[in-house]
Amino acid sequence: MGLEQKLGDMGVVTTTLEKAVGWARSNALWPLMFGLACCAIEMMSVQAARYDLARFGMELMRASPRQADLMIVAGRVSRKMAPVLRTLYDQMPDPKWVIAMGDCASCGGVFNNYAVVQGVDEIVPVDVYVAGCPPRPETLIDGIMKLQEKIKNEPLKKWQ
Amino acid sequence: MSEVTATPAKPAAKPAAPAAHGAAKPVAAAKMTPEMSAIAAKFGGAVEAAQYEGLLVTDHSKFIEIATYVRDVLKYNQLTNNTATDYIKDGVIEVVNQFTRVPQGGAPLTLKLRVPRPSGHDKTQPVPSLCPLYPGAEFQERETYDMYGVVFEGNPDLRRILMWEGFNGWPLRKDWKEAYYEGDTKPFESRWPGGDHKLAEERVPWEDNVNYPPGFDPFAFKPHPDGDIYDSMLAPSDGTVSIDNGHGVAPTIVEGLNASEMAELKTDEIIVNMGPQHPSTHGVLRMVVKLDGEKVTDLKLALGYLHRNHEKIGERNTWLHNIPYTDRLDYITGIYNEWGYVLGVERMMGLKTTDRVEYLRVITGELTRLASHFWAIGFLLNDLGAFFTPALYFITERDLIIDLLEAVTGSRMMCNYMRFGGVSRDFTSAQWAMARELAFERLPRTIDELDHFLTENEILKARSIGTGYMSADRCIAHSLTGPCLRAAGIGYDVRRADPYGYYDRFDFDIPVLYNGDVYDRYLVRVQEMRESLKIIQQALNQAETQSKVGDIQGGKKAYNHRVPAGQCYARVETPKGELGYYLVSDGNQNPYKYHIRSCSYINLNSMKEMAVGQKVADSVVILGSLDIVLGEVDR
Repeated sequence: MGLEQKLGDMGVVTTTLEKAVGWARSNALWPLMFGLACCAIEMMSVQAARYDLARFGMELMRASPRQADLMIVAGRVSRKMAPVLRTLYDQMPDPKWVIAMGDCASCGGVFNNYAVVQGVDEIVPVDVYVAGCPPRPETLIDGIMKLQEKIKNEPLKKWQ
Repeated sequence: MSEVTATPAKPAAKPAAPAAHGAAKPVAAAKMTPEMSAIAAKFGGAVEAAQYEGLLVTDHSKFIEIATYVRDVLKYNQLTNNTATDYIKDGVIEVVNQFTRVPQGGAPLTLKLRVPRPSGHDKTQPVPSLCPLYPGAEFQERETYDMYGVVFEGNPDLRRILMWEGFNGWPLRKDWKEAYYEGDTKPFESRWPGGDHKLAEERVPWEDNVNYPPGFDPFAFKPHPDGDIYDSMLAPSDGTVSIDNGHGVAPTIVEGLNASEMAELKTDEIIVNMGPQHPSTHGVLRMVVKLDGEKVTDLKLALGYLHRNHEKIGERNTWLHNIPYTDRLDYITGIYNEWGYVLGVERMMGLKTTDRVEYLRVITGELTRLASHFWAIGFLLNDLGAFFTPALYFITERDLIIDLLEAVTGSRMMCNYMRFGGVSRDFTSAQWAMARELAFERLPRTIDELDHFLTENEILKARSIGTGYMSADRCIAHSLTGPCLRAAGIGYDVRRADPYGYYDRFDFDIPVLYNGDVYDRYLVRVQEMRESLKIIQQALNQAETQSKVGDIQGGKKAYNHRVPAGQCYARVETPKGELGYYLVSDGNQNPYKYHIRSCSYINLNSMKEMAVGQKVADSVVILGSLDIVLGEVDR
């Protein structure tokens, strides 16, 4: 059961370079091992046995931003943390994507005050927002799959 | 952009009109306990009964003498809690210190100091620091300084700890206003002018949510170089350590080399920064370590990377409103945090609970203790190098526990389960069966399995025995609580020392071990899990016969609680240690003062003394054995 059955005897696949690259990129995301608050606990649950993020080819968390291309901002970002987070983002090589996991990272959540950045999109560009406080593991997986869809359809030009 | 550049010109906060939030009407002075009378008899003119609770030290020059008396004669050997309250109406800031006898427990003794409120952003006049007597005061006093601008004379490192260096103002003072909430410090008419989000790049570097010092020029501003912490560690040392903690006092010896050859081997000391993004710092903790080769010769912690000033938010919320926020302190044991808070409010209001409520609280609370210890042990093993395999197994067990909690409360982690005088929902019969199956079948087996594979493991023992040792006396002096204190031979557990709930109805032990190292901390946690299971099993059995199903609210259900004026310090034994809530009410609908005595934060105080003299890899293990959660550390 695989490609050859669908293709019959043709032996050739035609596609655009853009689609091929997008497909390859989307299935080998390496997230940065970077937990901030409560959502980080759920992020770790997602990697664990029951929810098993490895099914989607992205369980390989990297501790160094130089080796990662996906940043999951899991939790509230305080103003003291904001410059650090931006530095980490800048250290990641292109192409790179960001998921804002949870309400705090998306919009400040319940911590609506002077000490918390009201949405991590104030400091880094966000691709997918995942709602919930904290989001259930399934919600995060859904967010990651949405991101994969997005990457598959991204123009190559974007990362020139 | 035009409204952006105009921001710094906004006037600073004008003195607040304390209409709703003044200090309370004069209230009856505190009741005198025998200990308080003893102090009053000995230091007659220097003390008087304070408002609500405790003794007010009027003569500050006698304070150290009184504290020494409290420690050495009255045997209150641990400083539990240090904070301050801003009584803006009376024009004073009151510093509160609470002492406990360890391990005897009992009600804490409160000593207060009052200093006049300075105007604007000035610091207060200095008050004596307790650091020479109680080393555990260091971090707590730094926090009080950070939040109220109270200067503690004698604190060895009085810098900001939760806010960043260079922050303007003292956030918990009552006349310090939060941007977005109070008009005169609100820089923009709306948070999103024009209805659009703005990216940071389009804004001033300071963003829109800070107070500016008078005459601030954004273009001349250079960010603080964060040098203080490095500068303070730069002084060269000869590789020996100043702290005598039993580790590393002897110089390194390499076999087969004589003294002159050893001297040639000497390396420079380097300062290494770990965190805030580091896989082994359990979140956004930052450690700066000074290394001689691999040996840690000095260590400093930089905290506050997850600080959201929960306590300020707590003062603007209603009493009920605060319950879900407590879930987000130590997010692995949400329910237990709620318990401490509702316990404090119930004591102030004199609310009664029902049997069913108390049993449900014990069952859910102890289940979260199990979940927390599973998590702690799994990640301690991570730090020891058994990367993720033990943690994978324990996360599976934790998932089973939070499945049950989710079924009962509706949320996996942020349960929002407790209410004043009650809980939000009862177990259904199916959920009850789930709990029985967990408590009697599944979890005992898992703990046996854990014990079987890990406790006698050669590598675990080699890495952890003797690592991170701290003697019992130093543990008490450093205000250490929880499993780490019990691993050093002190059987102090709030469930016994200052009882709450129905714990007196169950037969259980407080595990105590005596070596005070990482291995014993691990063993204490394993034994505590077995004791927790015993408690849950008894609670399930007793609840079936001694409580009525559905009877989950004592007193009347209410949204708006008026808590009588007064103060309360309520504490519970969370898996990490003693979690306390210091609450002051002025009779209004929201807390006048809401302080959390965070065990993770205060346990970190002893980190330096445990780690100095050991290998840098061991410092990671020691941090893992302290079992901190950054949500609670930084609040």
